Amino acid sequence: LTLGDAFSGWPPPTLDPAGPNAEAIALMAWVLFGVLGLVLLLVLVAVALALFGRGRGKKTFARERTIWALGVALPSITLAGFLVYGLVVMNDLSEKPQPGDLRIRITGEMWWWRVVYLDADGRELFHDANELHIPVGRPVTLELTSADVIHSFWAPELAGKVDMIPGRINILRIRADRPGRFGGACAEYCGGPHALMGFVAAAHAPADFDALIARRSAAARAPVDALRMAGQQVFLASGCGACHTVRGTSANGLAGPDLTNVGARLTLGAGILPNNRGTLGGWVSNADAIKPGVRMPPYPMLDADELQAISAYLENLK
Amino acid sequence: MPQEPAPEAAGSVSVSLLRFTQPAGAALIALFLAACLQSGGGPQQPIAGADVARGREAIAAYGCAACHVIPGISWPRGAVGPSLEGFGARSMIAGRVGNEPAALIAFVRNAPSVAPGTAMPPIPLTEGEARDVAAYLYTLDAR
Repeated sequence: LTLGDAFSGWPPPTLDPAGPNAEAIALMAWVLFGVLGLVLLLVLVAVALALFGRGRGKKTFARERTIWALGVALPSITLAGFLVYGLVVMNDLSEKPQPGDLRIRITGEMWWWRVVYLDADGRELFHDANELHIPVGRPVTLELTSADVIHSFWAPELAGKVDMIPGRINILRIRADRPGRFGGACAEYCGGPHALMGFVAAAHAPADFDALIARRSAAARAPVDALRMAGQQVFLASGCGACHTVRGTSANGLAGPDLTNVGARLTLGAGILPNNRGTLGGWVSNADAIKPGVRMPPYPMLDADELQAISAYLENLK
Repeated sequence: MPQEPAPEAAGSVSVSLLRFTQPAGAALIALFLAACLQSGGGPQQPIAGADVARGREAIAAYGCAACHVIPGISWPRGAVGPSLEGFGARSMIAGRVGNEPAALIAFVRNAPSVAPGTAMPPIPLTEGEARDVAAYLYTLDAR
């Protein structure tokens, strides 16, 4: 799976909505372009008349009434109209969670996304990271928060930006109307490698979604061959479990992303790298060279055999 | 003793030659640079049917730069394996096998089979992609 397969486009297209939330914003953008285009035309014509006009046309522009009408009244009416339009759209998009919604909590962390699927009562079903999977056609309530600094969740094809603020849960209700893999990014500068904090929001046909959730909520696949068994031993002996969880093993750390399904992820390093055995090895050995400032330290103590084994083990976690 | 004046004389001749030929030298250097720029596009070891541009795309798509600094790929600049700057002029692959097209094509797909003990894992490239990648690597000239 290459990055080109992981996203529908990068950077994510901002005016190609895949759901009602983004549609309202795209429509607003086109209305703004249209009205402001007319305003620009009006201003250019007025300037041309004022500079090069003769006689009556030019005199009209010198009248006090014209200045009140075109310079004060018209902008006030236009901008007030935009304000009302904006408030109405904002109100429409600030929806309350509804019973029957799928609930997913996404926590912004420096510099990745903790994604927790919840049941109807808000109990945790399982942890995932750096990608969001939703079924087409069903409303999803995203509970957005942060573990450290302010981040902002933005998947432009699905919805507008919503800030993720420590100690607060912001609700974003989205729906995807077509299947696809939509790119997203942190839209609030959060220090260090902020620009390398991306994610994928994938919308699936309902049956595919149910199958995916069943796979991802299960315990990790046990290693089946000698290389991957050795990889698991290296993983556990190197202390990876202090920060990472692999469900079904003794690795139960919570500081970093849950790796139970790391081999199935669409990207690596929070939306920045294709996910294969090579990039997994590069990330484990020296993540900081790829994503400067990342909290994961380099592992120069791993030798070639260990790196081969651990990469093969991680690739198989799916 | 009689040999001593000779080097001095030779030295002074070459200095004066340099002085006289400065414009010509500059023109030669310009010609040399132009030749370098022209030769930069083609592989040193041609691979039949391979496409250098597609090779660069495959390198970006598979994330080879997660481990290697690769000219032509601005990010990432991985620091796990060797930099591939000047790879086209390098004699050895992974310090183990001669840098021949057949070996390189096999190595980029399945490094451990060509150089046992390497940290570079097998990469899921197709045969065609591997040929393109090798063709791109051979354009990485030391100059």
